[in-house]
Amino acid sequence: MAIYLTVNGKPASFAGDPSMPLLWYLRDHARLTGTKFGCGIGYCGACTVHVDGMARRACVTPMSTVAGHAVTTIEGLARAGTLHPVQQAWLDEDVPQCGYCQAGQIMTAVDLLRRKPEPTDQDIAELTNLCRCGTYPRMRKAIRRAALALRGEHA
Amino acid sequence: MRRRDFLRVSLSAAGGVAVSLAWPPLAKAEEAMEPKLPPAVSQPLGAFVRIEPDGRIVIGARGCEIGQGVRTSLPMLIAEELDVPWSAVTVEQLDYGLEESGTPAKLVSRYGPQGAGGSTSVRDGFTELRLVGARARWLLIQAAAEEWRVPAEQLRTEDAQVVHPDGRTLRYAQLARRAASLAPPAGKVLLKDKGAYRIIGQRVRVVDGRDIVTGTARYGIDSAVPGALTAVIARCPYFDGAIARVDDSEARRIPGVRQVVTIDGPRRGVPIDRNLAAGVAVLAEDFWSAQRGRQALNITWTAGPGAQDSSSALEQRALAAFDQPGKLARQDGDFNAARRAAARVIEYTYIEPFLAHATMEPPNALIDLRGKRALLIASLQSPGGASSMVSAMTGIARSDIEIRLPRSGGGFGRRLENDFVAEAVLIAQKARVPVKLVWTREDDLQNDFYRPFGVHRLTATLDPSGKVNGWAHRVAATARKYRAADMDDDPDWIGCVDPDGFPAGCVDNYLAEFLPVEFSLPRGWWHSPLPTFSAFPVESFLDEVAVAAGQDPLALRFALLGAPRELDYRDHGGPKVHTGRIAGVLREAARRIGYGRKLTPRHGIGLASHFTHGGYAAHAIEVVVPERGELSVVRCVCAADIGEVVNPLGAEAQFMGGTICGLSAALNLQITVKEGRIEQSNFPDYPLLRMAGAPDVEVFLLDSPFTPVGAGEMGIPPVAPALANAIFAATGKRLRRLPLGAQLKT
Repeated sequence: MAIYLTVNGKPASFAGDPSMPLLWYLRDHARLTGTKFGCGIGYCGACTVHVDGMARRACVTPMSTVAGHAVTTIEGLARAGTLHPVQQAWLDEDVPQCGYCQAGQIMTAVDLLRRKPEPTDQDIAELTNLCRCGTYPRMRKAIRRAALALRGEHA
Repeated sequence: MRRRDFLRVSLSAAGGVAVSLAWPPLAKAEEAMEPKLPPAVSQPLGAFVRIEPDGRIVIGARGCEIGQGVRTSLPMLIAEELDVPWSAVTVEQLDYGLEESGTPAKLVSRYGPQGAGGSTSVRDGFTELRLVGARARWLLIQAAAEEWRVPAEQLRTEDAQVVHPDGRTLRYAQLARRAASLAPPAGKVLLKDKGAYRIIGQRVRVVDGRDIVTGTARYGIDSAVPGALTAVIARCPYFDGAIARVDDSEARRIPGVRQVVTIDGPRRGVPIDRNLAAGVAVLAEDFWSAQRGRQALNITWTAGPGAQDSSSALEQRALAAFDQPGKLARQDGDFNAARRAAARVIEYTYIEPFLAHATMEPPNALIDLRGKRALLIASLQSPGGASSMVSAMTGIARSDIEIRLPRSGGGFGRRLENDFVAEAVLIAQKARVPVKLVWTREDDLQNDFYRPFGVHRLTATLDPSGKVNGWAHRVAATARKYRAADMDDDPDWIGCVDPDGFPAGCVDNYLAEFLPVEFSLPRGWWHSPLPTFSAFPVESFLDEVAVAAGQDPLALRFALLGAPRELDYRDHGGPKVHTGRIAGVLREAARRIGYGRKLTPRHGIGLASHFTHGGYAAHAIEVVVPERGELSVVRCVCAADIGEVVNPLGAEAQFMGGTICGLSAALNLQITVKEGRIEQSNFPDYPLLRMAGAPDVEVFLLDSPFTPVGAGEMGIPPVAPALANAIFAATGKRLRRLPLGAQLKT
C-alpha cells in the first residue's frame, strides 16, 4: 500500500516501509536534503518540517502518520523566489554560522510566529532547537525582526 | 623560470577566461611581505580568479567551511586587491588541490593551505590571497595598457574597471581574455594601504546565506553518487574490544539491506591512525533500512583490555600521579626554593572532564573507489590528511584521489581526524560499491577523539610583601603521544601543558610539569584545545591567589603582567605573546561591564582572559545565583584583540558563538566512562545550551594594528573561569571542577 502525501505543494507517493521516519523519506527518496539529521530522537530540531502548517520533528514522524497530509520543507518555504519573512530576517541578521541546524530553526520560528505573531521573550526562550555554533542571540533578533515584517504585511 | 610554470589559461564552460596563476613559493618571492611564513604556505598557488563575460567575478574559496566563515573572509581578501565590488563576486568552492610540479615531479598543493584548524586560515591567507588578487589586477591593468597603448603606471582600477587618465574605462570582462594571455608580473606587486580598503573591514554577510536559508546549501551528508549504498556501523562499545561472533541473518532479511561486512579496529598498544573501533557495517539502499539492519544484528563482543576502565578510577590515578615528580615543561628560577622561603603558599586542584565535539552534522563520508582513481566527498577539516589516508589504504596515488569539500555542519576539531573516512574506505574495499557512511548521534558521542580529562594542581608562593614570587602548574592527563601515530618530535605534554602561558615569564620562580596518565579513550583536539584546557585552572587560581593575598583580581593580573612587552611563546599562536595586549582586552572587558561597581546581593562579576592561537580575549560575566533556583547570566561581555579584522560581522559571530560554546561546556558538558563504555549517548545527556540558556553576548573587537589571526577559537577559553569567578563573587563558593552546573544545584 503506497502512502500518498503532498510535499511542498506537489503530490508524492511512497511505497516503502511505513515506519520510515519522514526525515529519511525526504532526504533519501524525495532527495530534499535541506531537512537535516541531528539526533534521530526528536530532541535537537534540525529535522523540523511543517505538517499541515505545524512544526513537526521529521526524524520521529513515521511515514504512516503523514498519509494524506501536506508536508512543507525548507525548500518549499519561499514562494516564487520570494523569501519568507523569516528567511529574509535570517539573512538580514546574518544568523548562520555552519548553517546545519538553520533549516530546522527557521521552520520552528515560522511555526512560532504563526502561533504567536507577537512573541514575548519567554515565547522565544521556549524554543528548543539546538545550535552547536551558538547563533541564539542573532536568532532572537531575527525572530523579532520577522515578527515585525509579518505583522506589517498582514496589517 | 619558464612562463608555463606560472600561467595557464583555459576557457571556462561559460566561455569565460580562467586565470590560473601558479606562483613561485612565497618565501622565495620578493613580494613576501610577512616575516617568514610557515612551510605549508610556501607552495605554488593555483586558480582563484575567473572573470565571466557578463562581468561576474568568480573567486575560488580554498578552505574547509565549518562555520568559521572562511568561504566569505578568504575571497574578501582576493576581491579587495582585485578591486571589484563585493556585490559582483560569486564564490565557488575549490576542491582539494594537488598537482605535480617541477623536475623531478613533486606533489604540491595547488591552492595553499586548505585545512581548518587552529584559527589559521585568515592568518595564512592574509598576505598570500591579497597577492593573488593584486596579481590578477596587475594583469588586467597590463591588458588595458596594451589596448590603449599607454603606460600601465598611468592607469588605475575601480569597481572592476580599469580607468584611463582621460576618464575612459574598460571593464574587467572586456580585458579578461587579453589579461589571461599575458606573462605574470616579474617583480613586486603593491598591495593597498589600509586606508584604501573597500572590502576588508566591512560587515559582510555569510556568502552562502541564501542557500542556507532555502535549504540548498550542500553539506557532506547531502552527497550522493550513482550506485552508492548507505552504510551504518555497529561499533564495539568497549575500547579496543573485538567482534566475537556475528549473526547477521535477520539483518539481511530487512528490505533494502544489501550487504553486511565486518571491519577490524585498533589493538591496544598500537597507534590509532585509522578507525576507532571494530564493527559490523550494514549497507542498504537508504539510511533507514541500514539502521534497521543494524538494529537486527546479533553481535557478541569481546570486551577487551579496557573493559574495566572508569572515570572515577582515572581520577584516582591522576590524583595519585602527583606523588611522583613530573616531566619538566618549563622552569624559571627555583620554585622549590621559593616555596621553602615563602611567607604564604596557596595551592588548589582543579578537575576537567572529557568532552565530545558533538558537531551538529554527524561524521559521514562518501567514497567511490574506481580502480586507480577515487572520489571522496565529506565534511572535513583536514583534506590533506584524508588524501594521505585514502592513498595509504588503497594504493591509489594522491593525485588521483579527487576530494570535494562541501560545507561542514560544524567542526570544532572533530574533523581534524579522518577515522570516518577510513571506515568508509574499509567498507568500500569489502563491499566493492561506492559507500556513503553515516554516523548517528550515538555513534558520534561514543566514538570521538575526546578533549582530555585532566587534573591541574596550581601552587603560588607569596613573599612577605604579598607579591607573587613563585608559581607551579602541574597537570595530570593522558599524553598526546599516547596512541597517536605521528607525534615523534613533540613532547607528550603538547595539548595539556601551556608552559609559556600567562603568568609564565611574569613570575620569577616558575615551574610547569606534566604527569602522564594512561587511559583507553583516544584524545583529540577540542575547539581551542590547549587554551580551553589551561584557562579554567589558571584563571580560576589567579582569582584565588588574589583573594588569599587580599588583592583585587584584576589589579593582581595587571601587576603580574607588568610593563607591556613581548614574551616567548612556543606553542601554537607564538612565537611571542604580548603582555600589553592581554592587559588591553582585560581593561576593555572590565570597562564595558562596569567592573568594580556596587552589585546587588547574590550578583557577582568574574573576569578572565587568555592568549589563544595568536589572539587575545577576555570575558567579563555578571551572574545572579539565587539562594534557590538556577544561576543566570545577567551580562556577558567579550573583548578581543585579533589584530586587523577582515570581517567584523563574521568575527563578532565567532566570539558570540565561542562564548556560548564555552558556557555550554562550563555549565553542563562532560563525557564519563563506566565499565569500559561511554555513559552518554545522545543530546539529552550531553546538554548543549538551548535558546533559554544562551545569553546575549556583547562583543567588542579592539581597534588593533596587528596582523590578523582568525577568530574561531579565541572566544572560548576565558568563559569557564570568568563564570567560576563570577559565581565565587556572587556566593563565596569556589567551584574547582567542571562542569559547574550540577554543583550549583546541590
